[in-house]
Parts: sequence; structure tokens; C-alpha cells
Amino acid sequence: MSAPDRERRAVNQVAVAFGVSALASLGLAAVYWQGGQNQVEGVLLAIALGGLGYGFVVVARRLLPQGPYTEERDVLPSSEGQVAAFETDLERGEGWLARRGFLVKMLGVAAGALGVAALFPLRSLGPNPGNSLRRTKWRRGSLVVDEQGEPVRVRTLEVGGVLTVFPEGHLEREDSQTLLIRISDENVVTRKGREDWAPEGYVAYSKVCTHAGCPVGLYQQDVKRLLCPCHQSSFDAVEGARPVFGPATRSLPQLPLMVDDNGLLRAQDDYDEPIGPGFWDRGR
Amino acid sequence: MIIQRVARWIDNRLGASRAARTTLNKVFPDHWSFMLGEVALYCFVILVLTGVYLTFFFTPGTKEVVYHGSYAPLDGVKMSQAYESVLRISFDVRAGLVMRQIHHWAALMFVAAVIAHLMRIFFTGAFRRPREINWMIGVTLLILAIANGFTGYSLPDDQLSGTGLRIAYSVVLSVPVAGVWTAFLIFGGEFPGNEVLTRFFVIHILIIPVAIAVLLGAHLAILVRQKHTQFPGRGRTNTNVVGARLWPTFMAKTLGLFFLTFAVLAALGGLAQINPVWIWGPFEPAAVSAGSQPDWYVGWLEGSLRLFPAWETRLFGFEIPNPFYSGVVIPGITFGLLYAWPFLEARVTKDYEEHHLLDRPRDRPVRTSIGVAALTFYIVLFAAGGNDVLAARFDISVNLITWVFRIFLLVLPPLTALLTYRLCRELQARDHEKPRPTAVLERTQSGGYVEVEEPAGAPRA
Repeated sequence: MSAPDRERRAVNQVAVAFGVSALASLGLAAVYWQGGQNQVEGVLLAIALGGLGYGFVVVARRLLPQGPYTEERDVLPSSEGQVAAFETDLERGEGWLARRGFLVKMLGVAAGALGVAALFPLRSLGPNPGNSLRRTKWRRGSLVVDEQGEPVRVRTLEVGGVLTVFPEGHLEREDSQTLLIRISDENVVTRKGREDWAPEGYVAYSKVCTHAGCPVGLYQQDVKRLLCPCHQSSFDAVEGARPVFGPATRSLPQLPLMVDDNGLLRAQDDYDEPIGPGFWDRGR
Repeated sequence: MIIQRVARWIDNRLGASRAARTTLNKVFPDHWSFMLGEVALYCFVILVLTGVYLTFFFTPGTKEVVYHGSYAPLDGVKMSQAYESVLRISFDVRAGLVMRQIHHWAALMFVAAVIAHLMRIFFTGAFRRPREINWMIGVTLLILAIANGFTGYSLPDDQLSGTGLRIAYSVVLSVPVAGVWTAFLIFGGEFPGNEVLTRFFVIHILIIPVAIAVLLGAHLAILVRQKHTQFPGRGRTNTNVVGARLWPTFMAKTLGLFFLTFAVLAALGGLAQINPVWIWGPFEPAAVSAGSQPDWYVGWLEGSLRLFPAWETRLFGFEIPNPFYSGVVIPGITFGLLYAWPFLEARVTKDYEEHHLLDRPRDRPVRTSIGVAALTFYIVLFAAGGNDVLAARFDISVNLITWVFRIFLLVLPPLTALLTYRLCRELQARDHEKPRPTAVLERTQSGGYVEVEEPAGAPRA
């Protein structure tokens, strides 16, 4: 093919590409007008843009001067003379600053004070953590309710059953979410000192993972293990939710339970340690 | 011509003709790998365009509302204003879903293009003097791109994004001394807090985009001042740039690239569903499901959290919780090393010279091996971020797969480094074996023609 032929072909290609693009754009407007449809909009937009893109690439590669052109680089560093002249001019102020050391120090004090003062409004961004990480909404005698707010009775769960529960009046409260598991039909002792914490085989653990705070949502009934779906920490439900695999380092805190005279499950008290992920002074 | 009259009008007021002419004649080297940075730039432009549209319809509120829109399965469900407005964008705003999906795809592609661009710069040594400043700006842009991706991902207030925020909160909480206060100030209280969506919205649509725009401007201005690097070749030296001029050839080419990038994203946005938040459902603190994976560019951090052994430090009643190591120290080292690399390498190689000619990766086997080892490390972390998905797919225990990844993480990087080093050496040796044809003909004295060959062992020019 001769050069003029090639050029004519390229021109035709670009014309067709731009033409197709224009048609697709009209189609896009029409589709929108008719109520819109996600897939068709995407495809038409892609054709409209693709036609332009293809046209420009053909123009760049076939119709415009290809070079190669050469451009010389500037020498980046300035000449010695220029640098020296700059330094002389800089000296004008620098020397003054050196002689007025005391003023510079005072300026530092003023600027530092202003900077510190400017940090104070940051405090408005959030409340004092106080002991909010150390307390949940569980209290002595809190009624154990499920996610619909229904109280949990001794007969609610079969052995092997699991339920997410909250203290009454605090549904969906993130730090109080608790996993109730019935691992037996008689009292269970998960650890020394917790002799009366799991009446009728009901054990309750904080559902907030001690690793990164995800809800420990999966219970493997066959091995009686709790699994966090986020980072796969698993906890032994029989032995006080001791971590047995994954990145978690601490047991899930256990909520001491009791059964009241009406056969309803209640908390004996709040958790005896902060729930959820660690923080630096958690143990204090 | 009208253009000339306008140009003259402007020049009479700004005297810009000389600078403008230099700009028109700026030479761009022609190599495919140079388009990676351009793709990143265009993804950002597309993100701004689609993002502005979404901003008109999105409400960053946590107030609880009951849904009564056109997506029937969630009718009557309680949710936040934010989640409801994302459903409205997806189902009731015309062209809303395609915009939302293009926006999400563009974000995924943006970070990918930035990282591909960074790899090109790294493996060819383009970060060496005088380009250390632009390297550091580039690393900052990568961090900002990831941060803006994460804040954007968090805004719809769906189940997945809530889980992501939950983990981010715990990582902040784990920082010694400052962690608790910082977490409370960012989230406006104990997780979930009522403020985080409003704040992330401002960060996502204002603070980070402006920072990216400013740094991009600096990135490009420095590029123009220092001019492009180029691969060595005939006529290309350390003191010139060979390629196409900005006007008109490169302009047409790069406009073509912009439209093609946009076209690919539009096709993806139309045809490939991304982040269907109506399936995940609104965020509920007590719910989570297996197979929760973040967007791809956070995968390595997710993997780091999953693989790190159950270690934490306790001293005098204080503790450094486990996520501090996997969620703060590892990314800290990652970006610290990235920032420091040009200076570390210059110190080790004692090479403080100006370089405008690029290295072929094989000619710098040590750097290339280190780069490949680092990539391997992050790819293993990324894969480990999906260990539950892999375990389910291949029907093996997640514990086993976690242990395999832990071992891979320590063994594979040195192994791939070694292999890369050997490969570089082999390729170098092959370069030296035979003379290279140059496609340049020379006339002999007898009147015939022979092709000029570069002698074996000569540096590739």
C-alpha cells in the first residue's frame, strides 16, 4: 500500500470511529430518556468513549508527525555563581536572624503556643474515653433478651443451640452483644472461680473478638469452638473461650449468668474485664 | 485564526508565548510502560467526575430511617440514611448505578495503576537522583489513594464496610498511649460512634482529593522541570530526551489513552457488578459473615492481621495488643522503606550521580531481586487475606492454610529473590553472548552492504 493510501485508510478509520462514538452518545441520551438501564448505559458509554479513544490513537500513530524529536536537557544544578549570589541574598535575612537570637526564640515560643492552642479544638471531636471501654450495659440482674427483645428462658435453647443476646433495653448495643451457648443441660464450670456462672449449661461470652473486634459469629458445635469469621481466631467454648488458633491472644470475657424464680436468664453482673480488642492500659 | 488572536491577547497580558512554546515542544519518550502513570492520572480524573455526580445524591447520615424504595427485598427494613441514599442511587436515580459502579471500578484501577507505575519506576531505577522528591511524592500519593479508597468503601454503611471500620477502629485502638484517645476522636466515641460517616465523607470528598490534586500538580510540575527519563538506545543519552512532541502527536495519543481508560471503566461499570451493597444489607454491629473481604488494595493488611501469630507484649501492666504489630508496624515499615529506598540504595551503591537513562531490570540484579522478594511478600499477604475463601473452595481446614501461608511468607520471598537473581544473571550472560544486529547498513569498499553489529558485551545502547 502506498503512503497516500495508508493515510486515506487511517482518515477513514478515524471518521468511522468518531461517527460510531456520536451514534452511541445519541443512544445513551435516548436510553436515559426512556428510563435508563444500567448495562445498556455502560455499554453505550464505553462505545462512545472507546470510539473517541480509538480515533485519537489512530490520529496519533498514523496521521501526525512521528519524529523522533530530540530535546536537550537543562543542567539541573545552578551555576556556582548563581548559587553564591543566592546565598549572599539569603544572608541578608539570615545574618539578621543570627544576631537577633533572642527574638527568634521568642518567635518560637509564640508560634509553639499558638500551635498548641490550635490543637485544643481537636478535643471537640470526641468524648473522654473515661471508663467506657471497661463497662458494657450489662448490670447485676440485667434480663437476657434475644435480638427481638424477647427474654430468654431456661427452655429456650436445646443443648448445642446458640443465640445472640443483649441486656434488656440495649438491643443492638455493640459493646454488649453476647453469645449465649447451651453446651450441656447441667451446670458447667468453664474455669476455676466460675463455679456458678453457667447454670443449666448456659454459657455466655462477649461476642466482640478480643483480636480486632469483629463479632465472633460462628459456633462449631462438633468441637464446641467459636470462630471469628474476620481473622479466623477460634476459641474453646468449654474452657472459658480460651483462644486455640489464630491471632487472638486473650479469651473472650465470660458473662456470669443466673436463673431467676420465673426461669428467666439474668446476668449476675457486668463482665469482670474489658471486652473486645486490646488497648495499652487495659490491664490497669 | 481565532486561536491565534486569543493567544496574542493572552500573550499581551502574560507574556506566555515562550513558556507555551517550550511546553508544546516538550518531548515524551515512547515506551509502553510510561503510560501507567497516565492511566493513574486519568483514573483520578474519572473518579472526580463520577464522584461529583454521586455527591449530589449521597447523604452521609447515621440517623435511622425505614426503607420504602423500589428495591422490594429491603422494604420496611431499618437502616441509616447513608445506606438508604446508596440504595436510592442504585435503584431510583437514573444513571446512578452506572456512575456508582464506574466510580468503584475506577478506584480499584486507580490504586492498581499507581502501584504498577511505582513498580516501573522502581525496577528501572527512575527514582535515582534527581528524582528522589518525586518518588516520595509518589509514595504519598499511593498512601492517599489507599486511604481514599478505604474511606469511600466505608461510606455506604453496609455490612461489609461496617466490618472494615470495626477492624480499623481496633487497629487505631491498639496504638500504645495515643490509641484510645485517637480512636475516640476519629469515631466521635466508642465504636460505632455517630460521627464517623460524616467525617469520612468530608475526608473522602474534600480533604484527600484536594491533597491528591495538589501533590499530582507538584508531581507533574517536577516531571516537566526535570524532563522524562528514557531507556537507553540509539541517540538517547543522559543529556537529551528522544520521543514525540507534546503538540500535537503526544496530545492525541494521551487523549486517546484517557478515552480508552474511561471506556474500559464504563464497560466494567455497566456490565460487571461491583459492591452490591443491597445484598450485604445495612450494617448491624452483631452480624458478620464468613468470606468478608475488603477491596483488593487493603487485602495485604487483612492478610497481615490474619497471619500474625497470637503475640502481644505485656510490660508493667501495660500491653501492646496484637493488631498493633500486624496493622500498624507492618504498614509502617512498608511505607517507611518505600520512602527511604532512593537514599538507602544510593548509600549502598555509593552512586550519587544524576541518572536520566533507565536501567534494564536484569542489569541491576540485586535491586530487582529485592523488589521481587518484596512483591512476593505482599502477594502472600494478599492471598492470606482470602484464607477462608481458599479453605472453603479447596475444602481444607483454614488452620492448615493459615500455617501454609505463614511458612510461605517467610520462605517464598528469599526463594523468589534467589531465582530472580539467577535469572537476571542468565539474561545478562545471553546479552553478552552474541553480537547484536542494529538494523544499520554500511556500504563496504567493494560496493556491497553489511549490517553493522554491536560487539558482544557492549552496554546496550
